[in-house]
Formats: sequence, C-alpha cells, structure tokens
Amino acid sequence: MIIELGHFALILALAVALVQATIPLIGAHKRWPGWMAVAIPAANAQFFLTAFAFGALTYAFVTSDFSLKVVVQNSHTAKPMLYKVAGVWGNHEGSMLLWVLILTLFGACAAWFGTNLPPTLRARVLAVQSSIGAAFLGFVLFTSNPFLRLQNPPFDGQGLNPLLQDPGLAFHPPFLYLGYVGLSMSFSFAVAALIEGRVDAAWARWVRPWTLAAWIFLTIGIALGSWWAYYELGWGGFWFWDSVENASFMPWLIAVALLHSAIVVEKRESLKSWTILLAILAFGFSLIGAFIVRSGILTSVHAFATDPERGVYILFITAFFTGGSLILFAIRAQAMEAKGVFSMASRETALVLNNILLAVAAFVVFIGTVWPLVAEMAFDRKLSVGAPFFNMAFTPFMVALAVIMPIGAILPWKRARLRRAIKSMSGLIALALAVGVLVWSMQTGRTALGPVGIALGVWLVGGAVADLWMRTGRNEFLMRIRRMSKLPRADWGKALAHSGFGIAITGIACLTAWSEEDIRVAHLNEPFTVGTLEVTLLKVNRLQGPNYITTMGELSVTENGELITTLSPEKRVYPVQEMPTTEAAIYNGFLRDIYLVIGDPQQGGGWAVRTYIKPFASWIWAGCIIMALGGLTSLTDRRYRVAAGARKQRKVAMAPAE
Amino acid sequence: MKYLILILALLASPAFAVQPDEVLADPVLEARARGLGQELRCVVCQGENIDESNAGIARDLRLLVRERLVDGDTDQEILDFVVGRYGEYVLMRPTWIGSNIILYIAGPVLLFFALFSGFFYLRGRGSAQNVTGADLSGDEEARLAEILKE
Repeated sequence: MIIELGHFALILALAVALVQATIPLIGAHKRWPGWMAVAIPAANAQFFLTAFAFGALTYAFVTSDFSLKVVVQNSHTAKPMLYKVAGVWGNHEGSMLLWVLILTLFGACAAWFGTNLPPTLRARVLAVQSSIGAAFLGFVLFTSNPFLRLQNPPFDGQGLNPLLQDPGLAFHPPFLYLGYVGLSMSFSFAVAALIEGRVDAAWARWVRPWTLAAWIFLTIGIALGSWWAYYELGWGGFWFWDSVENASFMPWLIAVALLHSAIVVEKRESLKSWTILLAILAFGFSLIGAFIVRSGILTSVHAFATDPERGVYILFITAFFTGGSLILFAIRAQAMEAKGVFSMASRETALVLNNILLAVAAFVVFIGTVWPLVAEMAFDRKLSVGAPFFNMAFTPFMVALAVIMPIGAILPWKRARLRRAIKSMSGLIALALAVGVLVWSMQTGRTALGPVGIALGVWLVGGAVADLWMRTGRNEFLMRIRRMSKLPRADWGKALAHSGFGIAITGIACLTAWSEEDIRVAHLNEPFTVGTLEVTLLKVNRLQGPNYITTMGELSVTENGELITTLSPEKRVYPVQEMPTTEAAIYNGFLRDIYLVIGDPQQGGGWAVRTYIKPFASWIWAGCIIMALGGLTSLTDRRYRVAAGARKQRKVAMAPAE
Repeated sequence: MKYLILILALLASPAFAVQPDEVLADPVLEARARGLGQELRCVVCQGENIDESNAGIARDLRLLVRERLVDGDTDQEILDFVVGRYGEYVLMRPTWIGSNIILYIAGPVLLFFALFSGFFYLRGRGSAQNVTGADLSGDEEARLAEILKE
C-alpha cells in the first residue's frame, strides 16, 4: 500500500511540476501577482510529494519488499542496514528518484529562502526549475519507474554489487547529486535573468551562494569517489580519467569558473553575459554527464545497466534545456551591457584569465571524453583516449592556474601595478623556488613532477597566507593578527579554498612521482624489505562476515627496528554475487601512506602480497576537504545574510512614503 | 558445506592486476613493462589499462609485453606489435595520425582564441566610457533628479 501511495505521490508531483512550470511564467509576464504566487506552494508540494515517494521506496528497501523489481535486483536480506538504505540509490531507478528529490529540494529552498528576490524573478526561477523537475519526473515515471511490482516475488534478492557495499560509496552519490543538481539553481537563475532581460550586481549576489553550495557538494562528492577508488580497488589509484569521472569533473571545473566570474558581476558589473553562459554550461555538463552515465554510450566502469530508450530520453532533455537556453542566450545576451571599466592589469583581468584556463581545461576533458565516439561515427576508427592523454593535455592548465593564482588574488580591482604585486610576493617566490630546488637536489634521477608540485604547493598556500596578511595594513604584529581574525569570511574562504588547491596539487604530484611498489609471494614470518620498511606476514585467517567470507592477513610493518603498525588487509568473497573484492589495509601517515593488499594463496606456499608506499597521499583528500571548507566559510559571509535583511528594512521604510 | 563454498569461491576468484609471478627480475625492464602497461588498454574491460585489470586477457598481454622486453624489443616495437594484433583501440594514448590531430590541437587552438578574444575584451574595457545610471528607469531618473535638486 505504501508503495502504491509513493507511486501516486510521484505522479502527483509531475502534475504539480507542470503547473509550476507554466502558471508563474505567464504570471510574471503579465504581472499578475496571484499567478506568480502559485510557484511557492507548488514548489513545496512538489518537494514533499517527491520526498514521500522517496520515503516509500526506502521503506521497501529497508523491509526487503521483494515484490518490487528494483529491490529484488539490488537488495538481499543478509545485507547490513546501511547498505539496504544505500541500495536505494545504488541502482538506476532509485538514483534517478534521488536526483529528482534533490532537484525539488533545491526548488523548495529557492521558495523558502528567496523571499528577498523580486517577485517576477522568483516566479521565473521557480518555473524554470520546475520545468527541469517535470522533465526528470517524466523520465522516472515513463522509463525508469522504481515502483514496478513483480508478478511472482522471489524469496530473496540478488544483492547489491559488493564494490558498492562500502561506507565511502554509500555517501558518494548523494553528495555528487547535490552538486550536479545544485547547479540547476544557477541554470534557473540564468534563464530567468535572460527572460527578465536584466543582470546586475544583485542578481550575482543571489546566484552565487547557490553555485557555491552546489560546488561544495560536488567537491565532496568527487573527493569521496576518488578516496573510495584509492582504498577499494586494491592498488591505490585515485583518478582514472574514466568517462564517468570526467562527467563529474567537467561541471566542477565550469562551476569553479562560474564562482569566480560571478564575483566580477557582483563587484564590477562586468562579464555578465559570460557568467550567464557559464551557468548554462555548468548545468549543461551535468546533464551531459547524466546522459553519459545512463545511456552507456561511452564504456565506463561506473555505468549503470543501460537501455537505449533511456539514453534517448535523457539526450532529448539535455538537448532541450541546453539548446533552448543557448538560443535564448543568443537572442538576449546583447542586453547585458558591461559597466565596469578596468585596465589590463587588474583583478578583473586575473579572473578573466582564470576563466579562460578553467573553461578551456573543461573543454579539453570534454573532447577527450567524447573523442572515441566522434572518431567512430565520423572517421570510422575505434580508438581509446585514456589517462596518458589527459595527464598530458590537462595538467598544463592546472599548473598555469596555480602559477597566476596568488598574484591574481592580491591584485586590486580596476587598476593595478603588476610589478608592485610581484615585488610584494618576491620573498614567497624565492621561497617556493628554493624549496623546489632543494627537493630536486634531494631526489636523484627522477621526474621534475615532485619538485614542481611542492614548489607550487608552497606558492599557493604561502600566497593565501600572504593575501590575508597584506589585508591587515601597516600595523604592529599583534594588531595585524587581531585584524586578520576580523576579516570578512569571504576572504578567509578564499584563502582556505586556494590553499586547499595547493595542498591537493602537492599531494597529487608527490604521490605520482615517488610512489614505491613491491609485489611478491610472502611466506609466513619471513620479513621482506620495501624501501626503508620491513614487512612481515604474521598470519592469515579465514573469517565469516555478515554477507561475505573473508581472507584476512595480519602483517607487521617496522622501520629501523621500530614497529610502525600492524595491518590487516582482506580479500572478501560475496557468495550471492560470486564476486571478490579487495579491502586494502592502509596506514595513513602525515607524509606517507603504507598500503597493503593481500592476494591469492600461491601454489608453492605463501601468499601474494602487494606493498605500496604512497607519499603525501592524504594530502589529496585533505586538500579537497579544505577547499570545500573554504567554500563553506565563504557561504556564511555576512553579505549573503545581510542582503536579505537590508531589503526587508527598506521595504518597511519606504511604505509610508508612498 | 560452508567450507566447500569458500574453497570454490577462492578458486574461482580472478587474479588481481599484476601478479608476483609476472614481475621481471630486472628492475629496469620491469619499470619499462609498467610504463607500457599504462599505455595499453585491456580490450575486454571498461576503460582499464592492462596493469589495473583482473581479466585473463590483460594478464596474457602483460606476459607478452614482458616476453618481448626480455627478447630486447624497444617500447615502440612492442606497442606496434600489440596494435598490429588488436588495432589502435588498445592504445590509451591516441596516435598523432589523421583525424586524431584534431583531438590534440583542439585544446591549444581554443586556448589561443580564448586568450585572443579575452585580450580584445579587456582592451575594450580599458578604454570604455564609464556608464553610470544608464539602466535606471524613468521613475528612478526623476527621483534622482529630485534628490540632486535638494
């Protein structure tokens, strides 16, 4: 019964979405307040109806209702509760429902927190948001309905893919979707502004927190996925340039560009049409990503069980929203006239350069991702574009970005003296170069990757600190510290996010450059050396888990005779799916990770054991978390909260005058 | 019964990536083998290279690469040999031949155009007249004039 109610709620949500997509739009055009106001209760209703449907599906998973097709295909009674819940979005149908739920949640948030928006803009934003909602609700109901029942329910389900039965991956999709779908808000704001024909500083101030929120979620989501790959896949890779990873990375890059260009619109009333275009592209890439994942048109490890009909439907949605908004953009963009005047050397220029590098980098990822498809269709060549291409084509953009970032961050608006900015940073430049050279001389006969990565890290983190420090004026030391703590949160957020980028770059460069690896047959109690470490296989146990059988090794790791850690890597077999997984055991250190994997027993006795020393591995994810924290700090900046209050006050003050 | 399942499951499990028995004794050759492993795609997998893959065919390719290395082939000879057998699909890094040139130059060309147009935009902003109050409506203009009169 609950299932049918959930199904019905979802159908009702579609009906509400259709109403919300049309009535407020007409209302805004004709300036009819009643019609515009429909958007708010409709957004609420849409969200609560979808939430109910999602709750009903979760209920079916939790209670293992095997009369539902998706539950049979993706759940099992022996599965731990966490993965029964995570199983809701561990499959195509359920994950699309989660996607729609988040879409309607953002719509509802715009209704709740958008009280300070001009009524026509709010009505239009909610209508556009709802048209996306209607498209995806239709997609769920017509092609991927999770509420389909089975004629003859089996006694037990087929279980969830064991690779997905992991805490890191349980939370990876919700964060990723909050990011992808969050970008729909920026899209709706952009399209609404195009219809409205007006983009100004106030618009940028409204749109930026939404983009920032989506970007924070996307950052966490991507980091979680990469962290999962690092510990789960058994050899410590963290980024594969797989088409689905790229699908999440392109919106991220565009969102970063959008965050920065929106600052220019807000502070300087320039780059308006470009910012609108980025907002359209960011969500456009989210949609393309959804298409890549769901259609299976590009092969990927991540792809869901695919179906051409679904692919066509999503392609249609993607073409409609991206194409439609781009046409609208072409018609209306001239109306957005830039106002700010600035010279060639200025913060504006630095941000334009940032946008160029990020947008072209995203384009490079895009063309690399779709090239196999293009080559096959247009040139009849079957080929692959893999990690070596992306590493070569993408890395220069990030290096260039890292080099200009600290200088750009301290340049004043309008008119700056480049030489003065570089001079004030000369100490830091010298320090970064010195550290790079020092590292270069310490390592022998290896790539320049490590030294360059570390020098850039010093430059970025130092640049962020210097930026904060220079804002405190010419005062004595304690006074400057006090002033520093009182700087706006946006400044702190910027410094945190920029240094997070530096930390992540350092981690990636060092890990790639200096990773050590050892693969061998280890015999019980026969120590072997890897780098400076001595590793001993102490024992191997076979144990029974809740829904798997595990082979667990116990290994001690010593360095210079001192015990560092004892690790227990596992190899699990999930009998339901007849599928093995490796559970690496990792010692997370500040400067290095020690990463152990146990493999199969060997014929001549002993076990296959893989040992990796991964320098600076934790820095990659620490950097991502710091970036996300920077975004969060910036999100709590006073000006976003004040904007709401100020407008209300003005209304009150103006009322008697009229 | 449980033990039987366990044994069967363990026997059936595929080998994970590079195995100890594959590793060459000569570290220089092994390092080259790893380099080549990154460049070759496992043809039955979903975008994994042969070093990462658990598939049997990936293992065969790893062994083939090592055999040829021991025989003294250059890296390029080995890649050519594998391409001869499986087509350019196995290459993780597309060749610089024919239409692939578009793939390689697309990024730099776009960057060039972006920098070019960015430069002209910025130069335009530098010499533009500062327009203030241009977007005020008639009412707002009137109100501004009123305020200025006071």
